[in-house]
Amino acid sequence: MRHDFLDKWSRLGSPIHRAPSALKLALALATVVASVVTPFPRWWVFVVIAVSLALVALMSRVPVPFLLRRLVLLEPFVGGIAVLSAFQPDGTRVALSIVVKSTLCLATMILLTNTTPFAEILGTFRQLHVPAVLITVLALMYRYLFVLIDEAERMQRARRSRTFTNERTHVWKSLAALVGQLFVRSTERAERIYAAMCARGWR
Amino acid sequence: MHVPDGLLDLRTASTTAVLSLSALTAALRRLRLGLPRRRIPLMGLAAAFLFTAQMLNFPVAGGTSGHLLGAVLASVLLGPSPAIVVMTAVILTQCLLFADGGLLALGANVFNMAIVGVLGGYAVYKVISRVLPDRRGILVAAAFASWCSTVLASICCAAELAWSGVAPWGLVFPAMATVHMLIGIGEAAITTLVIAAIMKARPDLVDPTTSAAPPSASRFVAAYGLAATFGVLLFALPFASSWPDGLERVGEVLGFAGRTAAVRALPAPMAEYQLPGLGSATAATSAAGFVGTLIAFALAYVLAAALAPKAPAEGPRDRAA
Repeated sequence: MRHDFLDKWSRLGSPIHRAPSALKLALALATVVASVVTPFPRWWVFVVIAVSLALVALMSRVPVPFLLRRLVLLEPFVGGIAVLSAFQPDGTRVALSIVVKSTLCLATMILLTNTTPFAEILGTFRQLHVPAVLITVLALMYRYLFVLIDEAERMQRARRSRTFTNERTHVWKSLAALVGQLFVRSTERAERIYAAMCARGWR
Repeated sequence: MHVPDGLLDLRTASTTAVLSLSALTAALRRLRLGLPRRRIPLMGLAAAFLFTAQMLNFPVAGGTSGHLLGAVLASVLLGPSPAIVVMTAVILTQCLLFADGGLLALGANVFNMAIVGVLGGYAVYKVISRVLPDRRGILVAAAFASWCSTVLASICCAAELAWSGVAPWGLVFPAMATVHMLIGIGEAAITTLVIAAIMKARPDLVDPTTSAAPPSASRFVAAYGLAATFGVLLFALPFASSWPDGLERVGEVLGFAGRTAAVRALPAPMAEYQLPGLGSATAATSAAGFVGTLIAFALAYVLAAALAPKAPAEGPRDRAA
């Protein structure tokens, strides 16, 4: 199990990490709304948001190169839409506005996800009276995500060590068979989990 | 297709959030009334499964690769209401664990991929698999439904972007629709291959409405007709509808400062737009989409014919170790 990479930094001990997750969710939403609502050329608002995000990032002790890499990784969709939007009257301004706003929002979300453990977010959901079924599904999903990724990786390794062709149709077929088998195994695992949950007195 | 924050304005974000919330509530209500308790852990595992399946890269060409989206796969394997909940869980987790897809845009993303993607795809699947009710029919239906679901979701996404005034409909619709007509082919291939694999290993897990009767020629024609109808619905409607005018009006009423210019510049496909060539691009995309829909259906049929298991396989379950 080395699937820490999924949310490696979300469990550090910085003041930002220790802040209540409900507060962080609310602040993130407020930041996103503020940068969406602000009319574009009002630069000082964007500068204030950017500076406070940078401060939070430094205080959180999450490595800055990691945060920047995530940002670059998530930027292409924004870039595509910005290019499209440039082809209209006053397009450059709209495109610039899209890039500035989306980058700020992306940075906000990257900071939120890397300073808030998923389990705490689920706790907040519970306080907000999100339906119990949805929370159960989310909690089970988060718990078994790592198990299934592990399983998929083992199956892929086994396939690679048995096949010596790189032909595309073959790769597609065997990958699809792998996905199908993963579903079959998930179903069987779910049955065992249900039995185990009942045995432990699940409602 | 995960829309990040900063692209959609508040109006679009809140409209889609309300739509998604009501659909999700309806789905949860149906589950509370009709879902056996033993299926709840399965939904959690299915969500983790979809998440994992989306991480597997299928090589396409020149170093690029595609991956599964899974709306139709989920709805065929679990039924529509559980599929909505499972897809929502996946999108929520992608947002709150990876920052993939925005927080304010969550409503829009859930609406496109979990509501429209699942319900649109499932409707197509149900109709076609009713006309072609055998194993091959299920695969044809799943293939065509995945393609439709992908394209439908991308059109909704384009509409939301245009509604927010970030890019004109005349540009964003052709761009999104064309790209996703291609992505949809990959999605259809993966979904069909996966369902065929599950059919071989555990036929009982796939929609158990199968019957042995082979489809007659007239049924095939009927299915083709349905495909054509879907083609019209998909592509001619956005083109023929009058909502760009409504959009202009809304833009004038709301006129967010700084966005007004952009909103006004949104071209109605036919009349009074400022940028030459855009209206015809919309029309061309609609026409291409119509032809594309027919081709996609034909491809779906061929693919399914190649994959359909010859006999109801009691087969070995250790196929893909």
